[in-house]
Amino acid sequence: MISELEKYKTADTSKVKNWFKAAPVEAFPENGGACIKYKDLQIAVFNFTRRNEWYACQNLCPHKMQMILSRGMIGSEEGEPKVACPFHKKTFSLKTGKNINGDTCDIATYPIKIEDGYVYVGFEH
Amino acid sequence: MAKIVVIGNGMVGYKFCEKLCAQATAGDFEITVFGEEPWPAYDRVHLSAYFSGSTADDLIMAPRSWYEENNIDLRTNEMIVKIDREQKKIISHTGHDYDYDKLILATGSGAFVPPIDGVDKKGVFVYRTLEDLDAIIEYSKKAKSAAVIGGGLLGLEAAKAVIDMGLEAHVIEFAPRLMPRQLDEAGSATLQSKLEDLGISIHLSKNTKSINGNGKITGMSFADSTSLSTDMLIISAGIKPRDELAKECGLSTAPRGGGNVNEFLQTDDENIYAIGEVASYQNMIYGLVAPGYEMATQVVNQLTNKEVKPFMGFDMSTKLKLIGVDVGSFGDPFGEFEPSKPIVYENKNSGIYKRINVSTDGKRLLGGILVGDASAYNMLLQMTQNKMPLPPEPEDLILGARGGKEAAGAGVESLPEEAQICSCENVTKGAICSLIENDGVTKVDEIKSCTKAGTGCGGCMPMVNDLLKHQLKAMGKAVKNVLCEHFDYSRQELLDIVKVKGIKTYNELLDQFGQGDGCEVCKPAVASILASTWNELVTKQDTIQDTNDRYLANIQKGGTYSVVPRIPGGEITPEKLIVIGEVGKKYGLYTKITGGQRIDLFGARVDQLPDIWEELINAGFESGHAYGKSLRTIKSCVGSTWCRYGVQDSVSFAIQVEERYRGLRSPHKLKGAVSGCIRECAEAQSKDFGIIATEKGWNLYVCGNGGSKPQHAQLLINDVDTETCLKYIDRFLMFYIRTAEPLTRTATWLNKLEGGMDYLRDVVVNDSLGIGEELEKEMQFMIDTYACEWKEVVNNPELRAKFKHFVNADEEDPTLKFQDMRGQKIPASWG
Repeated sequence: MISELEKYKTADTSKVKNWFKAAPVEAFPENGGACIKYKDLQIAVFNFTRRNEWYACQNLCPHKMQMILSRGMIGSEEGEPKVACPFHKKTFSLKTGKNINGDTCDIATYPIKIEDGYVYVGFEH
Repeated sequence: MAKIVVIGNGMVGYKFCEKLCAQATAGDFEITVFGEEPWPAYDRVHLSAYFSGSTADDLIMAPRSWYEENNIDLRTNEMIVKIDREQKKIISHTGHDYDYDKLILATGSGAFVPPIDGVDKKGVFVYRTLEDLDAIIEYSKKAKSAAVIGGGLLGLEAAKAVIDMGLEAHVIEFAPRLMPRQLDEAGSATLQSKLEDLGISIHLSKNTKSINGNGKITGMSFADSTSLSTDMLIISAGIKPRDELAKECGLSTAPRGGGNVNEFLQTDDENIYAIGEVASYQNMIYGLVAPGYEMATQVVNQLTNKEVKPFMGFDMSTKLKLIGVDVGSFGDPFGEFEPSKPIVYENKNSGIYKRINVSTDGKRLLGGILVGDASAYNMLLQMTQNKMPLPPEPEDLILGARGGKEAAGAGVESLPEEAQICSCENVTKGAICSLIENDGVTKVDEIKSCTKAGTGCGGCMPMVNDLLKHQLKAMGKAVKNVLCEHFDYSRQELLDIVKVKGIKTYNELLDQFGQGDGCEVCKPAVASILASTWNELVTKQDTIQDTNDRYLANIQKGGTYSVVPRIPGGEITPEKLIVIGEVGKKYGLYTKITGGQRIDLFGARVDQLPDIWEELINAGFESGHAYGKSLRTIKSCVGSTWCRYGVQDSVSFAIQVEERYRGLRSPHKLKGAVSGCIRECAEAQSKDFGIIATEKGWNLYVCGNGGSKPQHAQLLINDVDTETCLKYIDRFLMFYIRTAEPLTRTATWLNKLEGGMDYLRDVVVNDSLGIGEELEKEMQFMIDTYACEWKEVVNNPELRAKFKHFVNADEEDPTLKFQDMRGQKIPASWG
């Protein structure tokens, strides 16, 4: 499973080579997330309606190596948008991927854009 | 850059590195660590967890990458064979040599193997390293029984391993009692009877004379001419410091082993320190982790020019859970160092023994022993170490408050600043309080990461929690019990707001009465309030629900879910049983009977859930709400219809009660039971509400629970008829739903309720607040508006469409993996 974790590397907007057309906006619940498949990656995409923002991160929670983050609740901590893993409530910043409340590793995040009613996730590869 | 070389990569050797890296400025030190085992340091204290499912990775203190990140050169599989003190060099078994400026000996200890005839036979093991454990596990496959030599801490840990491997267990102890260094005779007897209940045979005062067998062990003979047959033997009779290196290079060692050190942990050579179990301070070896960590800290402080406190010995008090039995021993447990008077409480029925030794003037606590219930350990240890004054009746300390008085003794507030809260990491009350007071810390997690308190054995966490609460309160902060940073209201206040303002969605409530964007604490709490008030379909606001309520199923390891159809009262027809069996078979689900008299089907993918439920609903089942903080089951015994002792029809009543409250969302889960007679086969007194039949009607008990802190339910009212019984349950449940904090079971709620059971009875039975009718009306609304959530989802294509793993592919999660166990599937191991 460690090799699974290594597949996910934060993508920098300026280095995006491929904007992947993931799904229409309506596929993502308001103030919640859903999972998309890109090659052999699973990406959690969050429609943060309340902040009028979109975020994407790896679907894999590094704490117990579970493909689950898209089913987590989102929210904020002192203004920082975050997602909480459903298994043990480890929380991660949606902006930076940093683990907020504990001692597990950080997660990879990906840039996102909305065009013509579609959600695009940016990858460097 | 000073060259630091650490020989030994055990718990103490690792802790030294961790502390040095934390204290030192980058570039000050070049650290090299040698470990003769193949893996980085692991947690030897919890070795027996290896037998109950933990893997070597779980036990690792820090992965190799940690050493790399901190620029530590970790050399495992490399044994140091020689120290050249003149040239300040060490030589490893591969012939390489390495220079040092300061050398740290942290070689620890090996197992002490008594010189018994036949100790070299096959099937005889020591219990010390992961390799030992692997060998034990391998050999145990061919064995039916195993004996352990040693009835001390380590020996009993090994005995637990024997039980976990499913073998017949024997413990052989030379002394006339178990744990002779920690327990007196009566304490040992209490522990012994508890262990014997678990199937461990204890043999005391046994001097092993020989180990018998032709090549491999078949039995043992003792000096008293008795013998025991056994298929394998684990020797766990004590430790022997690994002081060969010290001896070899001419450092002095103690008669009982271990390199002599002064109060600065220096050996005879000022450039060589010894820490942990290889260090002997004033002829004493400290075979626990806490003193080893303390030694590591002191050496780090010297190397980094921090304030140095000389090491003056260490308290050997200890508390642990041995095979499920709490054992504590603190201060002077036997009262042998100064004149004292013991106070003893012994309850053979419940297996509890407590002893405290009080100074002859009755003013101070000197030490004591706890077996079976060590909950008072932390407080008693603090009172001993800090020489705190005793309450006028010191027996209160072990007996608790009696006769309606508040418990005497003291809470955290009366501890002095220097009181040690976390003994593993040596964190004082003063250090924690100063964090809270001066650095604005308000969360337990922050205390943990700043001080490391609670990161070792974790036994001090209740005190850290109390300390935080007390300190915040003393500072006038957080006196108000608010939900989280997004709502400045308690749950009860929010529930009133929701009701009075008619608020039906989370967003409305956050807009009007909160701030920020919400979080994983307030979202499900508000979801529960909304459900308990309006009883609308929870999946309408699916993203404020915990995953279980979002997908109406219980998430399990691997990310699949389990499904529990309602089986009211545990009564089910053969036809319906067949349906469950067929569904389980069709979808390849792992099936298991739950503790609440129903059947759990595990391993359903999220996309399978609606299909599974469609089949179950067509066969007449409905949701069991096993996923919700809501009513679970009403357990029942068979009662007067069949049972010759039954006095009422407990099954019929259980079904009636379960159908009345099914789907009721509450601050935490709710469980009930109905027993048909006083024999109480349904265990109603361990439930949130339990009903026991009498000749005249029903006795109603409330606020019990099992779980980690079992508590018996208390009698609310006796001999009431069915209608009255239901009326009181209505009022009781609704009052609880209105006033409890989130995620608080009824037992905990009652414990915090001012006035306790008398007050609750006043409200529910005597209607002292005049809200009885209102509570009943609210409950009637919940009953009238009940609908099966799964039925609604199955029949609603839009809701049904939400049950899939990918939104852009019609595929299941490709990472799901299962393995076989006893002919059923289980998730592949947990990362």
